[in-house]
Amino acid sequence: MNKRPKLDFKTTMSLFFRLLGRMFRGHPVMFLLCIPTIIVGVAVQSIGALFIGQILINQFIEPSIAAGRSPDQIVGVVNLFGNAIEVSLLTAVLAMASLYLLGVVCVFLYRVMACIVGQSAQMGIRNELFEKMESLPLKYFDTRIHGDIMSVYTNDVDTLRELTSRVLPTVVQMLFAMLIALITMISTGSWPLLLVVLGFFVVILTTITIVTKQSSKYFIAQQRILGQTNGYIEEMISGQKVVKVFNHEEENKEGFDKLNESLCKNVTKSSQFSSILGPITNNLSNLMYVVLASVGAAGISAGIDGLSIGTIVSFLSLGRSFIMPIAQLASQINMIIVAMAGAQRIFAMIDETPETDQGYVSLVNAKKGPDGQPVEVEEKTGLWAWKHPHTDGSGTTYTWLAGKITMDHVDFGYNKEKIVLHDVSLYAKPGQKVAFVGPTGAGKTTITNLLNRFYDIEDGKIRFDDININKIKKKDLRRAMGMVLQDTNLFTATVRENIRYGNPDATDEEVENAAKLANADGFIRMLPEGYDTVLRSAGADLSQGQRQLLSIARAACANPPVLILDEATSSIDSRTEKIVAKGMDAIMEGRTVFVIAHRLSTIQNSNVIIVLENGHVSEKGNHEQLLAAKGKYYQLYTGGKQ
Amino acid sequence: MASEEQRILEEVDKKNRAEIERLKGVHVIKTLKQYARGYWKHAVLAWVLCVVEVGCEIAIPFLAQFIINYINMMEGTVTFTDPMSTNLALTSSIMATLAVISATCGIVAGFAAAKASAGFGKNLRQAMFYKIQTFSFANIDKFSTASLVTRLTTDVTNVQFAVQMILRLVVRAPLMIIFAFSMAVSISWQLSLVFVAVVPLLAFVLFFIAIKVHPTFVKVFNAYDDLNASVEENLNGIRVVKSFGRESFETEKFGHVSYFIYKNFVHAEKILAFNDPSMHLAVYACMIVIAFFGARMIVSTGNAQTGFTEGNLTSLISYIMQIMMSLMMISMGFVMIIISRNSAERISEVLIEEPSLKNKENPIMEVPNGQVDFESVGFRYNAKSEKEVLENINVHIPSGSVVGIIGGTGSSKSSFVNLIARLYDVSRGAVKVGGNDVRDYDLHALRDSVAVVLQKNVLFSGTVRSNLLWGNKDATDEEIKHAAKLACADEFIERMPKGYDSPIEQGGTNVSGGQRQRLCIARALLKSPKILILDDSTSAVDTHTDSLIRASFKTEIPNVTKFIVSQRVLSIKDADLILVFDKGQIVGMGKNDDLIKTCPIYKELHETQLGGGDFDE
Repeated sequence: MNKRPKLDFKTTMSLFFRLLGRMFRGHPVMFLLCIPTIIVGVAVQSIGALFIGQILINQFIEPSIAAGRSPDQIVGVVNLFGNAIEVSLLTAVLAMASLYLLGVVCVFLYRVMACIVGQSAQMGIRNELFEKMESLPLKYFDTRIHGDIMSVYTNDVDTLRELTSRVLPTVVQMLFAMLIALITMISTGSWPLLLVVLGFFVVILTTITIVTKQSSKYFIAQQRILGQTNGYIEEMISGQKVVKVFNHEEENKEGFDKLNESLCKNVTKSSQFSSILGPITNNLSNLMYVVLASVGAAGISAGIDGLSIGTIVSFLSLGRSFIMPIAQLASQINMIIVAMAGAQRIFAMIDETPETDQGYVSLVNAKKGPDGQPVEVEEKTGLWAWKHPHTDGSGTTYTWLAGKITMDHVDFGYNKEKIVLHDVSLYAKPGQKVAFVGPTGAGKTTITNLLNRFYDIEDGKIRFDDININKIKKKDLRRAMGMVLQDTNLFTATVRENIRYGNPDATDEEVENAAKLANADGFIRMLPEGYDTVLRSAGADLSQGQRQLLSIARAACANPPVLILDEATSSIDSRTEKIVAKGMDAIMEGRTVFVIAHRLSTIQNSNVIIVLENGHVSEKGNHEQLLAAKGKYYQLYTGGKQ
Repeated sequence: MASEEQRILEEVDKKNRAEIERLKGVHVIKTLKQYARGYWKHAVLAWVLCVVEVGCEIAIPFLAQFIINYINMMEGTVTFTDPMSTNLALTSSIMATLAVISATCGIVAGFAAAKASAGFGKNLRQAMFYKIQTFSFANIDKFSTASLVTRLTTDVTNVQFAVQMILRLVVRAPLMIIFAFSMAVSISWQLSLVFVAVVPLLAFVLFFIAIKVHPTFVKVFNAYDDLNASVEENLNGIRVVKSFGRESFETEKFGHVSYFIYKNFVHAEKILAFNDPSMHLAVYACMIVIAFFGARMIVSTGNAQTGFTEGNLTSLISYIMQIMMSLMMISMGFVMIIISRNSAERISEVLIEEPSLKNKENPIMEVPNGQVDFESVGFRYNAKSEKEVLENINVHIPSGSVVGIIGGTGSSKSSFVNLIARLYDVSRGAVKVGGNDVRDYDLHALRDSVAVVLQKNVLFSGTVRSNLLWGNKDATDEEIKHAAKLACADEFIERMPKGYDSPIEQGGTNVSGGQRQRLCIARALLKSPKILILDDSTSAVDTHTDSLIRASFKTEIPNVTKFIVSQRVLSIKDADLILVFDKGQIVGMGKNDDLIKTCPIYKELHETQLGGGDFDE
């Protein structure tokens, strides 16, 4: 959302039609029904005006006066399907009343349908935004302020509300009214007067175009700065405790005031520009009235053909009915522009390229075949196999999910300029425990981010059970790996649901067993409603250590063949950690584990310890080997012992 | 025995609830009205100009009528010397002038109104943001971030929009209605009676709709909070969502919130959908009645100029249309007001929230030294909870000591240190810093002297430098470098491509956990505090660096009282005083060697971590 796009006519139109397309797809029948109901509603309104002006006076009142009838005997001749019928005043009025009633019903139906169509389009857009957000690569989130993304869901989607419920019906109504006026004007055949009207039409359109161009600049800026402000508020309020601790309130106010000031400036400008359209167009139509009268009078005195007093008079009102709708439309145009500015941000996010997944190797339930090879089955067996349909047409092979990981000469950088990992190679046999050690920023976490393809490597190969991970469906690859991170990220849900997060099918018993393994059972039972306690704001009421225990329980419950522990126990006291470790050892029996930790107990019994420095592997081996080598590991170890 | 803070909190809560109840009426306007300061003149200007504009708009159709009459009378003999032509020219130029005046007034009024409503929105946002800055930790815990974000943006936008509508409507619509109505009465007071019958009925219907629809909008906006919370949670936890492959689950969960909003919005709009049709119905009813009786009246007098004429009928109808247009505008404004009413209430809730921690009158402005005393301190986060998280804590810490704090997960170590900087108030007893009760200090002065590195480290989007400057905004480059050096952060900062100007992303996600912690320590050091509290702030830092940081503290800031909360025995074993916490109580107090003998929990911790216990990350 950092781009500064322009909103020219072409993009506006394409955004507009995309929105209409969405509304149509959501409720095609209602969408189409909206059209006749709105037309009937508008037509009744126009006929209503005609009824008094033309029919009532010309067909009923005048003839009745001429015939000298009494008020109770008023009748008129109405032309119905080519038959002239004589009806009484009461009948005519009642007929008109029923027509009005039809109009009212249509307006009501339209309003209801339009709100359903519009709101469901908004719901659809929100859902699609979210689905898209979930599919975006991590890179997308790295560089964006969260509150700015949140603003798309609320502030930008909200701009569509007025569009569907108010603006679109007005637009249809206006176009309809203009069309009727135009047809009538053409039918009079007074070209000079028609030219005057069309001339003013062009002037008004030009004015609208110029003003709109200016105001749309500010509307786009308004939505963008609204997003930035949202971002600032979200960031500062979620860090409010740090703000308090650092007495940083005044600086915060300053930062906020700057954004608020610029938001106010853009809101003022955009609504100023859009508010001048109404008076301008309105009074241009008054000027047109004057010009029409003058031109008409001059034309008559010059004796121009096709000009009569009658046509001038009717043109005066027809020209008005042709131009006035534009004035009304103009007063709504700001809502259209702001909606388009919102739509632009919405579609920019919807159009983001999602994480690509060209994987075709999938994870399937399997059982042992006669030859010990995996055979795919439907039911849950607790055994898993990779299903590998070969692209060269040599059929499908099955490989047991074992947890063998190899990295071959891997290079990686978060951006092209700065390579973080250089030529990293490693090998983990199924069931082995691999530990990464090295100073902060050496690239330990980065390696784990590559294993589950949060980021794609620059060069080299990573293989899982001898299959290139690029060939594995991301979802299945990630299902095969459990992650426990230092940032726990619990969700607003019950404790039970949080633990079950990685394995939705887990029974209550399995959930509790996982909690027991992680040594979380004890404190969970102390919570007001035990396992059914709802955690709010990412478990803000729990201590950091308790959150980590829950996140370990979550991974234990998912029971994956490969486990990545990134500083998973840093806030757990070592007594508890020892108990957790026992449970972990039990569930990790025969599984591959990658661990980043600084506790010796966690590291020294690893099968392989990899020492990383500045993105290079500098040492590799087990505890004894590395100690004997008296290299970096030895230094770190003795440093730690002091 | 509730503490002062909790008493205030409860009182505030009670007061707020009463206030909110009261606010549910029109009184919410009173709370918000004061934020229009500085913009009243714009509003008044807009209104005055609006009167002129409406005046022109009313005059113009009159002149138009004259123009038509003149043209009608020109029949046959038209020359430019004709008096009718002169009349026509005169009237036309008056009309053109009025059009120009009307346009000018309209434009200026629009400018003023836009300025006023945008300024009002700005003031509201500012007032709320400023208010939030005064919130205590307990206040912060009460509102969720997502909810505050909605209140500051969506809710303000709604109110702003409503104000803009009101500014336009409040003069224009009533003026138009009054004018049109009095014209109608002057034409035929009998026929105008129909308005008297219909308009109150219509007003009743609109009022009824407003009452019906309000509860639904309350639900909708609370659901907006859930929507924001859901998005925020997923943005923060995207790694977890992806690594467990729960994207579709989350999408489905979001779908529920989104559907809830949809359902309630449709419900609300279905009620509002009665607005337009009832308006149309009212106008059509008027037209029918006037048509019927009007026709009879004309026929009965034979369209005589003295009675009710055809021209009168046409004018009457056009006045009905004018009244209808104005009513439509009012109805639109009405909907906006209904929508914004809930928003206004939610804004008021923030504005009337009272900070639960307050400065005493004549507070002490300077913390003399880093001595800390806990005297029979008991603490609970919520006055209603039975169990205290800290029970009867008594401890005396001389200025300049290094205090190590260790204990099991959830043993209230953080709660203990949070009381020193008065992030919360004690429930009983007293916490003293420099010999004075922390409640006697000016909050800013106290927190300037007590630097806390919170367990939940937060860095803000910006640069390394901008984050460090939080500690002291006037810090020189040398001071920054020195603080970074003490926190062992200088080395990796200088390795970053742009050094101290390297970008930091929201939450500090682009630096590793250990780097983040060291930046947070450096940030705290820049405050030059008298007391430094590290709440488990080196958990992701390797033990070697950890010991270097402690060593530099010892030599460079020897007089600062240091509290080190840690899981590592190694980090605290050389402390002057070690406090061992268990279940909210201090179960061991002393030096390493003594505690090994006297405190079984410490002994066990020491043994499990024996042989170094920790290793590099």
